[in-house]
Amino acid sequence: MAGMIHEEDDPVTLADAPTRRLNMIEAINDALDIMLTRDPDVVIMGQDVGYFGGVFRATAGLQEKHGKTRVFDTPISECGIIGAAVGMGAYGLRPVPEIQFADYIYPGLDQLVSEAARLRYRSAAEFTSPMTVRTPFGGGIFGGQTHSQSPEALFAHVSGLKTVVPSTPYDAKGLLIAAIEDNDPVIFFEPKRIYNGPFDGYYDRPNTPWKSYDASEVPEGYYSIPLGKARIVREGEAMTVLAYGTMVHVVESVCREKGVNAEVIDLRTLVPLDIEAIEKSVRKTGKCLIVHEATRTAGFGAELSALVQERCFYHLEAPVQRVTGFDTPYPHSLEWAFFPGPIRIGEAIDTLMSE
Amino acid sequence: MVKQAEQAGINRPRLSLHVPEPRGRPGDTANFSYLDIPEAGDQPRPDESCEPKETFPLCDTIIRVLGDDNQAHGAWDPQLSPDKMRAILRDMALVRAFDDRMYRGQRQGKTSFYMKCIGEEATSVAATHALDFDDMTFPSYRQQGILIARDYPLVDMVNQIYSNRADKLKGRQLPILYSSREYGFFTVSGNLTTQLPQAVGWAMASAIRNDSRISASWTGEGSTAEGDFHSALTFAAVYNAPTIFNIVNNQWAISSFSGFAGSERATFAARAIGYGVAGLRVDGNDPLAVYAAERWAADRARSNHGPTLIEHFTYRAEGHSTSDDPSAYRSAREREEWPLGDPVTRLKDHLIAIGEWSEEQQEAMDKELAEQVRTATKQAEKNGILGHGLHHPFHTMFEDVFEELPWHLREQSEAALRERKLKWPE
Repeated sequence: MAGMIHEEDDPVTLADAPTRRLNMIEAINDALDIMLTRDPDVVIMGQDVGYFGGVFRATAGLQEKHGKTRVFDTPISECGIIGAAVGMGAYGLRPVPEIQFADYIYPGLDQLVSEAARLRYRSAAEFTSPMTVRTPFGGGIFGGQTHSQSPEALFAHVSGLKTVVPSTPYDAKGLLIAAIEDNDPVIFFEPKRIYNGPFDGYYDRPNTPWKSYDASEVPEGYYSIPLGKARIVREGEAMTVLAYGTMVHVVESVCREKGVNAEVIDLRTLVPLDIEAIEKSVRKTGKCLIVHEATRTAGFGAELSALVQERCFYHLEAPVQRVTGFDTPYPHSLEWAFFPGPIRIGEAIDTLMSE
Repeated sequence: MVKQAEQAGINRPRLSLHVPEPRGRPGDTANFSYLDIPEAGDQPRPDESCEPKETFPLCDTIIRVLGDDNQAHGAWDPQLSPDKMRAILRDMALVRAFDDRMYRGQRQGKTSFYMKCIGEEATSVAATHALDFDDMTFPSYRQQGILIARDYPLVDMVNQIYSNRADKLKGRQLPILYSSREYGFFTVSGNLTTQLPQAVGWAMASAIRNDSRISASWTGEGSTAEGDFHSALTFAAVYNAPTIFNIVNNQWAISSFSGFAGSERATFAARAIGYGVAGLRVDGNDPLAVYAAERWAADRARSNHGPTLIEHFTYRAEGHSTSDDPSAYRSAREREEWPLGDPVTRLKDHLIAIGEWSEEQQEAMDKELAEQVRTATKQAEKNGILGHGLHHPFHTMFEDVFEELPWHLREQSEAALRERKLKWPE
């Protein structure tokens, strides 16, 4: 991992930094705290993020430490939150708005898609929108239709937006710092199912907290992970599995359980995409499985599948497989019937292994 | 239960839907007698630090300074020097000369599209004169008067309109959707009202930084119906943001009269009060009243007393754009019958009445301004007109999507260059 780190002037490498085990919320909080301290232009705003510290506690303690004009609550208005952030960016600030759930983002869509994402282009770089929109996404917490969606494909489709999805506390901190430092608008999807611990896909098993995993080892202080660089979760020969967010852990667990020597790639950012890592892996394995929790039709998996067949067709030994959520809203009582869990993934792996 | 539900409504009155209809359509005589136009000078002027609700009486009348006698009246008279008034008159006349020439340029095929602001010049020019140069403006599409009042080079405006090789926006934006950071003019969006929450965010940032600059936004009455308007007013009130909302009520949103934005029920200025924002309704064709209202709001914002919404009551004398034909939906008599006159004529007549200007000077100035515009267009035409090849280099299409070109855009840009070579071999 050290090779991916942007080091500061300090010749001491990140490996020398003291670390502690954090869950993903704590890692995000740490990144926000560091950026508020380092950069006076950073401001955080959103519903309940101030005194209370956010419904998921991601901003806990930040208002007290950095003051009410750096970290503050907003009206319940996603249009207002994103719109104000565009104006703040034009002034010269670096806003980090929180949208409480990705499902709530739609009233702010015009401000994000037609404004933030286009500002640089339409003004020939006179005005830019260096904001990072943090928003929890994905299901698996009995959130029903309006607290479970994975709308990343909608945003990946928009020119001028970057789309980031971390899957570990270590990555969450480094990617969030990179996102905040990025001079273009970034939408930072936080997989809320794994805020407190990774998920193996078995909802009826007890959750293991992050602190028993090495990936929760988070260095103190500043570091960033460049956007557009995937992470090889495990190396393998049998097939390439492309995933991001919660599904990285589910896939890893299924591969372990089935004893499949798959190469699992955590994309980490959808735009810009690490196409080199994908091509290199698929050329090696000859097979590709794509897993996401979002609905299937025109999901990001469709884009990945098209890219793999365009660029690796003569290396493929089997059709590219997609495992996704179904094309239904996320049902409350049948949440686990919707979720692409070990059975659905396992079947796709079996299909690929038998080709 | 079903039977009960069937019988429940038997004796209730039948409902009917109200669909607004303007007072005149093509062929009708225009009748503005329904407008209650008060005498100039009759409106009280509260202190800039007053409570928002104290402005309510001013939301339901029209603040006027210039009377039918061409004199300035009452507490809202900004008492501008003759030099300042001549500067405003000159900028308004320049906007008009510019509009005239650009409109003809579009008709001659030099560009695809243009939007005039005839009759509404005061709402941007006089308002801008009441702001400081470093205050940030968030315009809609009909505020060319801001750029002109800030002495933005005309040739750069024409280059943008022609989308030519000297266009600072690299030919990416529809004509008149200008942008100039240097002149405090935010990049104009084609989507309406998005600039209002942005102006509030800019003002919040200025307050966060303990800066002294304020922001001002402009939008039409029609697009106050957008959700962004509600978000912006709510945010402005919540954070007491140092900002000014200019609602240019020119009576028409393309073919929809202001009734489709709710004018039959309440004035647009009155909307401010419910949010806890100060509201003023001003004669938008009276440059002195516009200046006075904008200055009141600017002083209020700058002294931390919060936001103001100003409804500029005016009339869109021509079509929405070069793509519009207003004779298809409104009475042609409206323009002539509009009871608040013309802003250029009114200020000119005032300056003449106080002995500071003459018809001869006006005529000479108009000639000089027409020549200034002509020179700018000729200069711009050397850089090309739309569709004649003199545009920005091909590769610029892929620039500025992101700060750096990612691999997928690099590949697409290479493909586009190959395509171009196939179409037009060297």
